[in-house]
Amino acid sequence: MTILTFTLILLLGAYLAGLAGSLTGLGGGVVIIPLLTLFFHVDIRYAIGAALVASIATSSGSASAYVKEGITNIRLGMFLEIATTAGAVMGAILAIYTPVNIVAILFGVTLIFSAAMTMRKKHEGLLAEGSKLSYVLKLNSSYPTKDGVVDYKLKNIGGGFSIMTLAGMLSGLLGIGSGALKVLAMDSAMRVPFRVSTTTSNFMVGVTAAASAVVYLQRGYIDPGIAFPVIIGVLAGAFTGSKLLMKIDVKWLKIIFSFAITLIALNMIYNGFNHKF
Amino acid sequence: MNNKEVKRVTDYDMQQLIGQVLRYGVLISGLVAIVGGIWYLYQQGSGIPNYTVFHGEGEGYTSLTGIINGLGKGSATEIIQLGVVILIATPIIRIVFSLVAFGLERDKLYVLITMIVLSIILFSTFGGLSI
Repeated sequence: MTILTFTLILLLGAYLAGLAGSLTGLGGGVVIIPLLTLFFHVDIRYAIGAALVASIATSSGSASAYVKEGITNIRLGMFLEIATTAGAVMGAILAIYTPVNIVAILFGVTLIFSAAMTMRKKHEGLLAEGSKLSYVLKLNSSYPTKDGVVDYKLKNIGGGFSIMTLAGMLSGLLGIGSGALKVLAMDSAMRVPFRVSTTTSNFMVGVTAAASAVVYLQRGYIDPGIAFPVIIGVLAGAFTGSKLLMKIDVKWLKIIFSFAITLIALNMIYNGFNHKF
Repeated sequence: MNNKEVKRVTDYDMQQLIGQVLRYGVLISGLVAIVGGIWYLYQQGSGIPNYTVFHGEGEGYTSLTGIINGLGKGSATEIIQLGVVILIATPIIRIVFSLVAFGLERDKLYVLITMIVLSIILFSTFGGLSI
C-alpha cells in the first residue's frame, strides 16, 4: 500500500467517522482510533493524536451553528471547562506513565459506556427551583424550542463538576471528546435539558482537547500524514451530518452504531489484554 | 437605553462572535491542510506509510520553531502541521474572545472563571515544555 492509497482510504474513513459521529452525537474520535489501530495497524499513540485533531474539528465545526442559535449555555460551558481542562492536563501527564495496552483497554471500556449512554432514556422534567450555587454562578438560563423559549434551573453543581473532571482526564488520556460522560454530568446530575447538554458538551470538547493537544503535538503523537486526511474528512462528514440530521430519524442508526461500537470495543479490550499494541 | 437592554444585546453579540470565530478557524485550518496535503502527496504519494512503530519527538513538525522553519523551506509536512496548529488555536481564541465579551458585560465572576480556564491551557502549552 502506498501513501496515496493510505491517504484516500483514511479520507473516506474519516468522512464516515465525522458523519456517524455527528449523527449519533458520539464525536469523530471514537471511530478514528479503531480504524487506525485495528485496520491500518497504526501505533495507538498516532491514533490518539489523530482522534484529538478529529475531536477539535467536529466540535468547532458544529458548535458554531448551535452557539448562534442560542441553544448552548456559554456560562455553564465556561464554568465546567475549568474541570475538563484541568482534567485533560492531568490525563496528558498520566498518558506518559500508562502502558499502551492499558490505554487500549480503557478506550474499549469507555466506548461500551458511550454506546450504552446513547441508548438510555433521557430526562424530560425540568426543575422549577435550582440550587443556591446555580444562582450564584448564573447557570440557570433558557433555550429556544419549537414551542417557544423554555426556562430551566440546575442543581447538584458540585457533582456535575466532579464528573466533568473525570471526563476531562479521559479525554486527555485517550484523545476522545468523552461526550457521553459530559452529557451524563449535565443531563443526569445537573438536570440540564437534553438539547442544551448535548450542544454545550460539544462546545466544550474543542477547548478540552486543545488543552492536551499541544502536549501531544510536541510529543510527536500528531503526524501530518495522518492529520490532514483526518481534518478534511471529519469536517466534510460532520458538515454532511448536520445537514442530514434535520431530515432523517436517527433512532435505528444509533442502535446499529452502538452495536458496532461495542464489537469494536471488545476487540480493542481483547487485543489490549494480549498486548497486541 | 437602560442597562438591561445593553446587556441583552451584548449576550447575543457574544454568541454571534463566538460562532464566527469557530467557523472561520475551522475553515482556514481545513484550507491550509488541503494545500499542505496535496503538496505532500505530490512529493511522497508513492512512498510506503510506516506508522506501525512510534517515532515520537525529534521531527521538525513537533515544535513551533520547527514548524516555522519548515514553512520557510516550503516543507509539506510543516504546512499541514500549521493547519493543525490553527485548528488547536481556534477554541483557545474563542476563550480570549469570551474573556473580552464578559469584560464588556462587566460580569466580573465570569471574567475570573474564563481567566482560570485560559491559564490552565496556557500552563499546559508553555509549562516546562519545548516551544
